[in-house]
Amino acid sequence: MIESLLPQASSYAHRIDNLFSLIFWVVGFWFVLSEAVFFWLIFRFRKRDGVRAQYITGELKSEKKWITYPHLLVLVCDIFIIYGAITVWYQIKQDLPPAQQTIRVIGQQWAWTFVDPGPDGKLDTPDDIAKVNELHVQVDRLYHFTLESKDVLHSFSVPVFRLKQDVIPGRVITGWFTPTKTGEYDIQCVEICGIGHGLMGARIHVETQEQHAAWVAQNSPVSVAAASAPPAAQE
Amino acid sequence: MSAARPIANTRSAAGMPTGRLAVWWVIASEIVIFGGIIASYVMFRLSHDAFTAAAANTNTWIGAFNTFVLLTSSLFAVLGHKAAEEGNGPKAARMLYLTSLGGLTFLVVKSFEWTHEIREGFTITSSTFWSFYYTACGLHALHVLGGVIIMLIVAADARKYLELHRVELIGIYWHFVDVVWIFLFPLLYIAK
Amino acid sequence: MAESIQAHPHPHGGPHAHEEPGFFRKYFYSTDHKIIAMQYLFTGMAMALVAGFMSYAFRMQLAFPGMHVPLYGLVTPNRYNTLVTNHGAIMVFWVAMPVLLAGFANYLIPLMIGCDDMVFPKLNRLSYQIFFLSVLVLIASFVVPGGGFGGAWTSYPPLSSRGSFSLTPLGASMWLVAVALEFVAFLMGGINFVTTAMNSRAPGMRMYDVPIVVWMIVVASILFMASVGPLIAGAIMLFMDQNVGTAFFDPTRGGDPILWQHLFWFFGHPEVYVVLLPAIGITAEIITVFSRKKLFAYKTVLYTVFGTGVLSFTVWAHHQFIAGIDPRMANVFTITTLLISIPIAEMMFVYIATLYGGSITLATPMLWALAFIAEFLIGGVTGIFLGASGADIYFHDTYFVLAHFHYTFYPIAIIGTFAGVTYWFPKMFGRMMNDTLGKIHFWGTIIPFNFIFIPLFIFGMGGGHRRIYDFTNFPELVPLQKYNVIATCGLLVMLVFQPIFLFNFFRSLFRGPKAEKNPWKANTLEWTAESPPPHGNWPELPTVYRGPYEYSVPGRELDYWPQNAPN
Repeated sequence: MIESLLPQASSYAHRIDNLFSLIFWVVGFWFVLSEAVFFWLIFRFRKRDGVRAQYITGELKSEKKWITYPHLLVLVCDIFIIYGAITVWYQIKQDLPPAQQTIRVIGQQWAWTFVDPGPDGKLDTPDDIAKVNELHVQVDRLYHFTLESKDVLHSFSVPVFRLKQDVIPGRVITGWFTPTKTGEYDIQCVEICGIGHGLMGARIHVETQEQHAAWVAQNSPVSVAAASAPPAAQE
Repeated sequence: MSAARPIANTRSAAGMPTGRLAVWWVIASEIVIFGGIIASYVMFRLSHDAFTAAAANTNTWIGAFNTFVLLTSSLFAVLGHKAAEEGNGPKAARMLYLTSLGGLTFLVVKSFEWTHEIREGFTITSSTFWSFYYTACGLHALHVLGGVIIMLIVAADARKYLELHRVELIGIYWHFVDVVWIFLFPLLYIAK
Repeated sequence: MAESIQAHPHPHGGPHAHEEPGFFRKYFYSTDHKIIAMQYLFTGMAMALVAGFMSYAFRMQLAFPGMHVPLYGLVTPNRYNTLVTNHGAIMVFWVAMPVLLAGFANYLIPLMIGCDDMVFPKLNRLSYQIFFLSVLVLIASFVVPGGGFGGAWTSYPPLSSRGSFSLTPLGASMWLVAVALEFVAFLMGGINFVTTAMNSRAPGMRMYDVPIVVWMIVVASILFMASVGPLIAGAIMLFMDQNVGTAFFDPTRGGDPILWQHLFWFFGHPEVYVVLLPAIGITAEIITVFSRKKLFAYKTVLYTVFGTGVLSFTVWAHHQFIAGIDPRMANVFTITTLLISIPIAEMMFVYIATLYGGSITLATPMLWALAFIAEFLIGGVTGIFLGASGADIYFHDTYFVLAHFHYTFYPIAIIGTFAGVTYWFPKMFGRMMNDTLGKIHFWGTIIPFNFIFIPLFIFGMGGGHRRIYDFTNFPELVPLQKYNVIATCGLLVMLVFQPIFLFNFFRSLFRGPKAEKNPWKANTLEWTAESPPPHGNWPELPTVYRGPYEYSVPGRELDYWPQNAPN
């Protein structure tokens, strides 16, 4: 259902969508049943001449069972949902599979800075690529992202990945994703961060290996510099 | 019209006089407020080593003296309650005056203590430890002051044999103020 | 154990004659619980107009970004944040609380338990005065330099702790002071609600003879008192960060912003039950009367209420699943949160079961009470999506959350209010409201209400996130903009119908047909007093002989049996 509104573009997006469906059908059943019984009772027991209401205390076992059994069934349904929730949560938030690439995400009032490690694959080296409001990643690669804030709380959200994580100043928070679909998608800030909160949209570009390699080559400061510098001997 | 007590006030279906029920309610709400501050302090302390260093600068002797003053004042409050039970209004009032004296002594000692600490450079913004210290002790001191004021009002009535049941009530409040200090003292002065 | 009190023919004791107090003393400086209740009720309803107007302004901006909103002007990003912040804060703290808790509690408790006033009338008056002061401080915060606070009703630091971040430094501190004053007013009110309900019951009224709404108010007061303390502590710390330069929540100087979140939500979650309980209590009173039926399993209802109350203290961090708390903690909170659905579901089942075998009349109050159940069910089931931690990763801070809590809060604050007001209006004012106008207003409110929030569920599912002043900046959300337009149109239609209520209310107040003592033929004690009751409520305080829900007792001629009738 969510997928009818937004594509699933990460390795775990379908898990969240499936959890949504599980919950939808379970609570949908209870919802429809309760409302149906509710409206039927209003109709069935509307005031009619000569018919008096019944005196029912609800304390007798034969009466109480109409509440007790459904409510035990609700408990059972809850257990299924709890199981689904914890499994999905564990896979996305507790588990941290080994990274093939790490990127740094910095939130501030009111823009995102994305730091790609560049051709050498290591952050904090001269070939890193820092871009504002533009994140380029390669499809089918497992990324770790580290979140930092320069000022207030922000929150990093990529709806097509079904990913969200608050960013806290003074801390570095790590998460992961594997993009599975190429294309260009929205990044949002989803924690109110001041008057520019609505302007902190960014875009994520999920690229094929060739496209991404080309982007890295074209944007890395070192390779750009190397391309324009005269060939020099290295000690 | 509003000076008369409603009949509602005189019933006690729950088995406890209304005034006492009300005071315990007030105490309960204050416990949660101070509980919040103290719990936050403990959380901070457990995760920041710098706290322990800052705590070394509070003066345990002054803290201990103030603890003794408050405990003694609570003793006078108990004696006041006993006198009120016996119907001895003037004696209850005298005991309450002594309790108030204890409270005021506490506040005077605290003001000297804080003046000294501020002069040494430990202000409310020096570090998070000191922020907690002044906030928690300040809130407590406000409750001591408020308690003293109410106590003097109750004592003035008690001297004329009026509203003697209130002596017990202000006593309960005073014991609570005492207990909060019993938590603050070790956390801020002893754990170093 | 009830002692038998000889009721004074003159409740104020003494043979002195009453001079009638002047207008000001009678309506603005009274210690009478009924007048204080009116003060809370009218103030709360007036604040609902203020917060409702705010929602009109920001919803116009959302549907038609950049437009000049009639009667308001341009909704800039700064003003947008201030509008949504205060809409939320006012609806929770200055509408739901005063109307449901202070208004109805003050009015109903002494009347329903058969005594002449609250136990501490002067304290009661003081609580309203402090509440009124909080209203003034809040309104004043809108006109100071920088404007009203714009950091959301949750006021998370560091945004809320530094003026350079929020750009509303004065507004932020005044807002905090207003909220703190409101808390103090309700702590004081709670003293009266709990002690009066527990201690001042009429002779013969055992614990299970107390109308359920009184129990709901008692439990709500206890929940409020037990949960608000840490937030008061937090508010003091935040105020000091804002104005004194402390660093409780400043991570650059050793503080922790997440501490605020814990302190806020430790209160915030029980708070929703604080406002829910009076509303469902009111619903129960109305459903029993208009189906002429005993409340199904009264004791079960009590136990579920206590259970919900206790559990409500164990769920708070479901608001913080992705806030940066230890991910392992999320598992604990998802379990407690999903389990709390069980007592709530049980309560809903009990109410539905009460209808079985009834003789149902659909007068206006009953329409509102039934609508409460139908709509709250939607709120309840959509909460499951959010309580499930895995799903919340996606739904957190989207319009799905917003639609969920409007399907709980709106029934509580708005439907609950209309239910209570239309039901007790005859008792409060001695006149009947017009039932036809009441029904028109009902349908004109309920149907558009659903047109506002169902589209917003879909918008949230599509990724629509919160506290954004213009969604056309987000390419993925542009195709969903139509949902914003539908929602705003729903709001406009709903607003058009509200003057009908105001007209009905005020015209009935002065010109409605006179009401008898018990127009609804109900059992509870307030219906044995005059309409409206005099100061002191009854010349002779009643004695109670049975429970409050003895309707349609077999073998009796009348289908109701007032609690104070000896046989």
